[in-house]
Amino acid sequence: MKIAVLSGKGGTGKTTIAASLSASLKPSQYVDCDVEEPNGHIFLNPDIKLSVPVKVEVPDFDESLCSGCGDCAEACRFHALAAVNKKIVSFPEICHHCGACYIVCKTGALTPAERIVGVVEMNGDKTFARGKLDVGEPISIPVIKKLKEYLKTDMPVILDCPPGASCAVVQSLEGCDFCLLVTEPTPFGLHDLKIAVALVRKLGIPFCVALNKAVEGDSRIQDYCKKEGIEIIIEIPYSREIAESYSDGVLPVHIRGEWKRKFARLYDVIKERVSQ
Amino acid sequence: MKQIVFISGKGGTGKSTLTASLSRIVQNKAIADCDVEAPNLHILMGGQVVEQKDFYGAEEAVINKEKCTSCNICRETCRFDAIDEDFEIIPFRCEGCGACALVCPADAIRLEKVKTGETYVSKTSRGTFSHALLDIGAEGSGRLVTEVRNNMKKHADKEDWILIDGSPGIGCVVIASITGADAVVAVAEPTKSGISDLERVLAVARHFEIPAYVCINKYDINLKITKQIEDFCEKNNFEVIGRIPFEPKIVNALRDLKTPIDADIPNIAFEIESIWKRLADKLSESDKKGDAAAASRS
Repeated sequence: MKIAVLSGKGGTGKTTIAASLSASLKPSQYVDCDVEEPNGHIFLNPDIKLSVPVKVEVPDFDESLCSGCGDCAEACRFHALAAVNKKIVSFPEICHHCGACYIVCKTGALTPAERIVGVVEMNGDKTFARGKLDVGEPISIPVIKKLKEYLKTDMPVILDCPPGASCAVVQSLEGCDFCLLVTEPTPFGLHDLKIAVALVRKLGIPFCVALNKAVEGDSRIQDYCKKEGIEIIIEIPYSREIAESYSDGVLPVHIRGEWKRKFARLYDVIKERVSQ
Repeated sequence: MKQIVFISGKGGTGKSTLTASLSRIVQNKAIADCDVEAPNLHILMGGQVVEQKDFYGAEEAVINKEKCTSCNICRETCRFDAIDEDFEIIPFRCEGCGACALVCPADAIRLEKVKTGETYVSKTSRGTFSHALLDIGAEGSGRLVTEVRNNMKKHADKEDWILIDGSPGIGCVVIASITGADAVVAVAEPTKSGISDLERVLAVARHFEIPAYVCINKYDINLKITKQIEDFCEKNNFEVIGRIPFEPKIVNALRDLKTPIDADIPNIAFEIESIWKRLADKLSESDKKGDAAAASRS
């Protein structure tokens, strides 16, 4: 089973919950799909043994063969190629690797070349996997795609998703069986939860809410979920102890046995919900 | 006009709270929210939307079933597996590259513009405010961010300052938010995740040669990591321009949609005012240096 943990809003506790779930569940695989800012390793301390570069294919061009016709620049919808005074200028970092330019080039001046945009790293038994986009690279999709090639099929997989609601989140969610939407009881948490709910509903993936930093006297998330018929599957109270240990990279499940039991139970409940 | 972008790498560190607070202090400014995927600043800004537009920021292939001969060449060409066995486009996968249209021997495929979000310009008591909302799961969030910044320039060309709320991460939306800005302020919390994300986002600012300053939020929740952040900044020549203490009253104020300035939390208001003073000084200093350099060239 593949469980995705997402939130819309950043900083609500996706990584805390995804890593806690994985740490309470043996065996399981934790996969950090937040390739722009991966953090799971801070809490799970994996011994990274494998490192796979993420390569994309970008056009390389042979000036001696180029006629300067500009067809490739016209074909490229992403403006990664431009024709300036019959010369082709390329911007490989915004290339989407679609191959349209090779199709239109009549002289064979364009040939595929490799470019590295990030890395996928894993521990020895691959129960921890993360992607990491190189600094300065805009497009994270190829890193997430490569990372997802290493998903295990013989144990539960927990995917820690990026914040937001764009194509990078969709890419992370593809093929997942269940989503856990993490939120917090603030106007911002609620606003972004609604965005996350719309996204998983559109993709048709079953989901529940995990309410983090819950406080007495603020029931806006509970009220919304009740109205929408969404189950809050776990509530984690706001606690200075949890916040402080988080700051040092320690999960709640590592400070108290009760949290470990709660998260282990969480998986059983999710399994039930998926089979329903 | 100077553009300052508040970024963080990690989400939820207080970008929007700081931007909204500064919107109370800074004179003659406009505001933009470049977090188009999970925008929050409008919740604190209020005001009236005076312009709302659909944004067509991507293209998608459309197959004309009458012309299609099911030859399968498009499916073999598409690198995103975006055409299914019945020759239907899978919208979430189609990147709008047009490779399929280029190879189709029956001329059955064309690209159509698709709506990827909405842009808004609001008039608020604190100035013009440009923001947007990406459609659920849409492509091209970077283009929408660029549109937010274009709208702001169109509607606010006389202001001295543009305050821009950025988004988490280091990828396309962040790059689109900071390109051409005069400075970025990275807001970080003293946590192990916070320092890791801060280092990466500062590397992006340096990569694009944009002056970067650091503000540590809730600095007193972990003084050891605050010190690590300060040491890192000193070693790498990033100036720490603010240290905001942990204050539970801030969360309570935000629950009532008030900034720490509106809620009149004195120690926080004082620190945020000092941050602005330091930032404004730094940016006018760099102006003078620029003027001096220009004068020596002429």
